[in-house]
Amino acid sequence: MQRKRTLAQQDMLVGFALILPSFLIILGISLQPILSTLYLSLFEVPRGINLQNTFVGLGNYISLLSEPIFWATIGRTFYFTVISVGTELVLGLAIAQLIHAHPPGWQFLRTSLIIPWAVPTIVNGTMWRWIYNADYGALNGLLFQLGLIDKYIPWLTRPDMAMNLVILADIWHSVPFIALILQAALATLPPDLEEAASVDGATAIQYFWFIRLPLLRPAILVALIIRTVEAFRAFDLIYVITNGGPANGTVTISFLTYLEMFSFGHAGRGSALSFLISLFTLTLAFIYIRMLYRPEEK
Amino acid sequence: MKKTLRIILLSFLVLLALLFVYVPVAWLVISSISSRSELLSTPIHWIPQHPTFQNYINILFPSQGTSEVAKTFRITLWNSLMVATSVTVIALVFGSIAAYALIRLRFPFRQTLLIGILGTRMIPEISLVIPIYLFATRFGLFNSPIILIITYLSFALPFAIWLMAAFFESIPVELEDAARIDGCNRLETLWRIILPISTPGLVSTGLFVFLTAWDEFFFALILTSTVSAKTVPVAIAEFTGRYVVDVGGMMTGGVLAAIPPVLLSLIFQRYIVSGLTAGAVKG
Repeated sequence: MQRKRTLAQQDMLVGFALILPSFLIILGISLQPILSTLYLSLFEVPRGINLQNTFVGLGNYISLLSEPIFWATIGRTFYFTVISVGTELVLGLAIAQLIHAHPPGWQFLRTSLIIPWAVPTIVNGTMWRWIYNADYGALNGLLFQLGLIDKYIPWLTRPDMAMNLVILADIWHSVPFIALILQAALATLPPDLEEAASVDGATAIQYFWFIRLPLLRPAILVALIIRTVEAFRAFDLIYVITNGGPANGTVTISFLTYLEMFSFGHAGRGSALSFLISLFTLTLAFIYIRMLYRPEEK
Repeated sequence: MKKTLRIILLSFLVLLALLFVYVPVAWLVISSISSRSELLSTPIHWIPQHPTFQNYINILFPSQGTSEVAKTFRITLWNSLMVATSVTVIALVFGSIAAYALIRLRFPFRQTLLIGILGTRMIPEISLVIPIYLFATRFGLFNSPIILIITYLSFALPFAIWLMAAFFESIPVELEDAARIDGCNRLETLWRIILPISTPGLVSTGLFVFLTAWDEFFFALILTSTVSAKTVPVAIAEFTGRYVVDVGGMMTGGVLAAIPPVLLSLIFQRYIVSGLTAGAVKG
């Protein structure tokens, strides 16, 4: 009795043993830090070493929420997220359908899409920054030679323009991701569906709206949530293309948090901001997980 | 007639999509093999008249006169490779055994743990960075590759568990039952039966983890300060921030940093597409 444990007990023991290392690592490098960040967000943290932190309760949150700069940043963050993810979804869906129609070269296109997705974000940003360069950039060169502009334009010196150009770099990187996911989803749809629909008298547009799009809904939602989480906390591209400028025109919430923490020396306020970002992304993540782990109904 | 028109239209769209993909990359590559004077010429020299591979030679085979930019790239490329490879190996080992337990073994809080782990993957880096920074400075790990490896596990490990869990779920349970009946215990089953047929899952997971670690910028920006730990994205970002010093050198660094992930992704293409659909999340 003592020597031979039941199968269930053995499973439980082995199970805990196998999970333990991962559990400890995640505890140490994710859970502990995020909790101490939350804790820190309740304090005013002075700049010098060995100075005492002052407990301010929700003070950091309240002062942030009452500042126009916070709301301007939130506005820019939503602009960035909505415009980039929206455009990426439309273009990604279009390219996915294009591939699905199997025109000449579709396989080559599908393979090519992997390239922008695989290029490291910082390389992507550097490349576009050079393209946008006011004096020697390819964008000015191209538009000038085509006769579309009569003198070189300093693209990144206007806040709204700079924001849209950062979005363009994000689009270049992420459209392939959405296109690849959606074309894989399209490939799993029954092939004779379109024929059946057209026999029943559906036009191509009706087929798209009432049959294809609803069937793609789960894949679209997954792509949408993943991209929204990423766009909402975009940092790398902004850092390398505009560094938040001009005139804070490209400062989104992650960038503001970075500035508060590492330039202004406001660790408490920065922590409060970072916790707000976590709250937003974890809510989205929760929706995402609920979708993935719906009771086995697939 | 209508059919021909359709094919022409679709081919035109394919061409547009291909231009969208390749024009920026082409300019990156062209800039890396252009001489300084051609890069700074107006009107632009779209095709360099005197292409040169000097930038590549400077970075890959440095000599005495090599610029600071080139030297930095060479070292940081190596740092990136070390960090990304270590993270991949550790995440694969611990992640796959944890994923197996979460999917196959019955024990309390299994589902809660699985969902909790998936949730931690979504925690933004910026919410972790201050405590990690304090930890690193206190224990003398600031500016060391070790702190990057540890820190990168915060996203790599949940990610690996997630992907491997999806993969294990697709393996028929009957296979294991057969092994159990033949007298294997759980660990033997895992080692002899599951691991050998898990190669595709391990390859795909390893690939995603490696790409994400290679791409990582924010932690490396905060936690490193010199070439003894700096990764290649940090080096590139630093040079970009300065005046137009050595665009050709910078673009060459960019091309070299992009080659490993692009090549790996193209070689293991089918794993990428299947990984993406399994709920993979490198955006």
